[in-house]
Amino acid sequence: MTAADGAGASLRTRDALEGHPTPVTGRRRVVTGSRLGATSGIGLGTAVLWLSLLVLIPLAAVVAKATGGGWSGFWNAITTPAALDALRLTVLSSLAVSAINAVMGTLIAWVLVRDSFPGRRLLEVVIDIPFALPTIVAGLVLLILYGPTSPIGVDLLGTQRAIVFALLFVTLPFVVRTVQPVLIGLDTEAEEAAASLGAAPLTTFRRIVLPVLLPAIASGTALAFARAMGEYGSVLLISGGVNRARVSSMYAFQQIQNYDYTGAAATATILLLVSLVVIVGLDLLQRWAARRG
Amino acid sequence: MSIKAVGVVKRFGQFVALDGVDLAVESGRLTALLGPSGGGKSTLLRIIGGLEEPDAGTVHIDGVEATGVPAQRRNVGFVFQHYAAFKHLSVYRNVAFGLEIRKRPKQEIRRRVGELLELVHLEQFADRLPSQLSGGQRQRMALARALAVEPKVLLLDEPFGALDAKVRKELRDWLRRLHDEVHVTTVFVTHDQEEALEVSDELVVINHGRIEQVGSPEDLYDHPANEFVMGFLGPVTRLGDQLVRPHDIEVLANHVDGAIAAQVTRLQRVGFEVRAEMSAGSDEPWVQLTRGQADALGLDPGSSVWLRAAPHAASLTLQGCEGADLGEDGLRGAGPTEPGGAGAGPGEGRRGGVGAGTAP
Repeated sequence: MTAADGAGASLRTRDALEGHPTPVTGRRRVVTGSRLGATSGIGLGTAVLWLSLLVLIPLAAVVAKATGGGWSGFWNAITTPAALDALRLTVLSSLAVSAINAVMGTLIAWVLVRDSFPGRRLLEVVIDIPFALPTIVAGLVLLILYGPTSPIGVDLLGTQRAIVFALLFVTLPFVVRTVQPVLIGLDTEAEEAAASLGAAPLTTFRRIVLPVLLPAIASGTALAFARAMGEYGSVLLISGGVNRARVSSMYAFQQIQNYDYTGAAATATILLLVSLVVIVGLDLLQRWAARRG
Repeated sequence: MSIKAVGVVKRFGQFVALDGVDLAVESGRLTALLGPSGGGKSTLLRIIGGLEEPDAGTVHIDGVEATGVPAQRRNVGFVFQHYAAFKHLSVYRNVAFGLEIRKRPKQEIRRRVGELLELVHLEQFADRLPSQLSGGQRQRMALARALAVEPKVLLLDEPFGALDAKVRKELRDWLRRLHDEVHVTTVFVTHDQEEALEVSDELVVINHGRIEQVGSPEDLYDHPANEFVMGFLGPVTRLGDQLVRPHDIEVLANHVDGAIAAQVTRLQRVGFEVRAEMSAGSDEPWVQLTRGQADALGLDPGSSVWLRAAPHAASLTLQGCEGADLGEDGLRGAGPTEPGGAGAGPGEGRRGGVGAGTAP
């Protein structure tokens, strides 16, 4: 080690200069002071007003409506067997759909970015169809293909599998579209470095690629979950109007038709809470995984 | 551990990156692959490392056929120009990666990583993320990471290319010392001829997918095989029918045998050095002098002098007039248009007679 000491001395000095204690603040930018300039004040005000008008006030109104009849009214509204069945179906199928999306969406994004094959551009467009299609059209397509008159002999009408199928259809693009740009920006040299250090392809993916993709996968999955929780149009027709295939959004609509606005608002509030819990949970999971590496 | 490549061919579509390259690297040496960008040197390194498969030819590492063996089973350390850091892992975990893959005991990993971090002088940065390090520090981390698995050979692809000139010079000296200490067979790719001349035991000049010349740095500088090698390793100028280095031209006040009459057209002082542009018939050679020499001769624009190549000078006799074109081509190849290198190196000055140069 003596031979390197001479060079080491100079390197150390430079490190001492460069390596002054960098504040470890993570990704967040620390804004010092509390006074805002005029421009950012106006900007912030506009943003808050806009969010309030479009999101916060309507949401608060729903919650207020739901609890307007007191907590017992709220509790009774959401614990009827029909409400619980609908909620169970909604949450379970949304969870299943999110899990499938996390895997399949990542795989599709990988294929789109890393492989070149004829028809790749076409596939790019196909991915977005579930976004572009009005959901009732999607529902109709599913009904024609997987309904009683199915040309391929698969009748899913009124089954819970049909619900999962419809939700998979409408949530397909979320994970693909969030993971794709991250994958495009990913430097393949890190993977080559891992390979030269002895990592098999699967190990490289798990330990080097996946941690980088995880935030994107998590946010795509969260979006897919939220969308699945509230989906109405695409599941409406294929559910066949039977009770066992009734999701919470349909249940809420029925309550409105029965003039039970409090019950509908209570159902909506529960959907809101579950979505919130899952989204926050995914974010925490993703942060934990990123730290663990 | 020796490296042997025989008849290596690699094409990317129509582009021939390597056109039948034979290379033998002796065990324990520090070898530089030098050449202009697009010349095939990085491709050759990647083929040795298993990151690229050759279209034809074989690679042997330590006497064992490695062609077709995937990178992860070659036990080769690879260092990339842009560090290829695992951004989500701490410096410690980056260096430990190869050992963790090999499922070594925790105790051993801790000891080994500690040693390596000390070797690359990053022991106090173990818990930082790569993004909190400077470029030079990141590259040292990458080097420690590659050394952790005790590779048979160490391959460095333009390792200092992304660093600024000062750090580059420091790291270059440090790499030389590190190699003297660790003795792992090392091959590094560079387009900076000063870096190659300074650091390597052996130099391999590669251009257009072919090896132009192999030898010690002194050998290649003093006895270049052709105009390209001569032009790439340092400035050249044309004197009569010869290509010579500007510092190998003697400027004389009086005529002697073999000297050519010339007139000084322009004098430029760059630090301790004086560059004198001459006109000798149809040629316009330039000469590199020290300030003392220029003062002693009393050179001024318009002075008449006699020029001849110094007796010991490395020179090439031109065949016809195409030689000059080739030399020119070589100079262009070495020019500061390299991506990544951005031509900021202290070595730039030696190239093509533009800017300040240092007389070796």
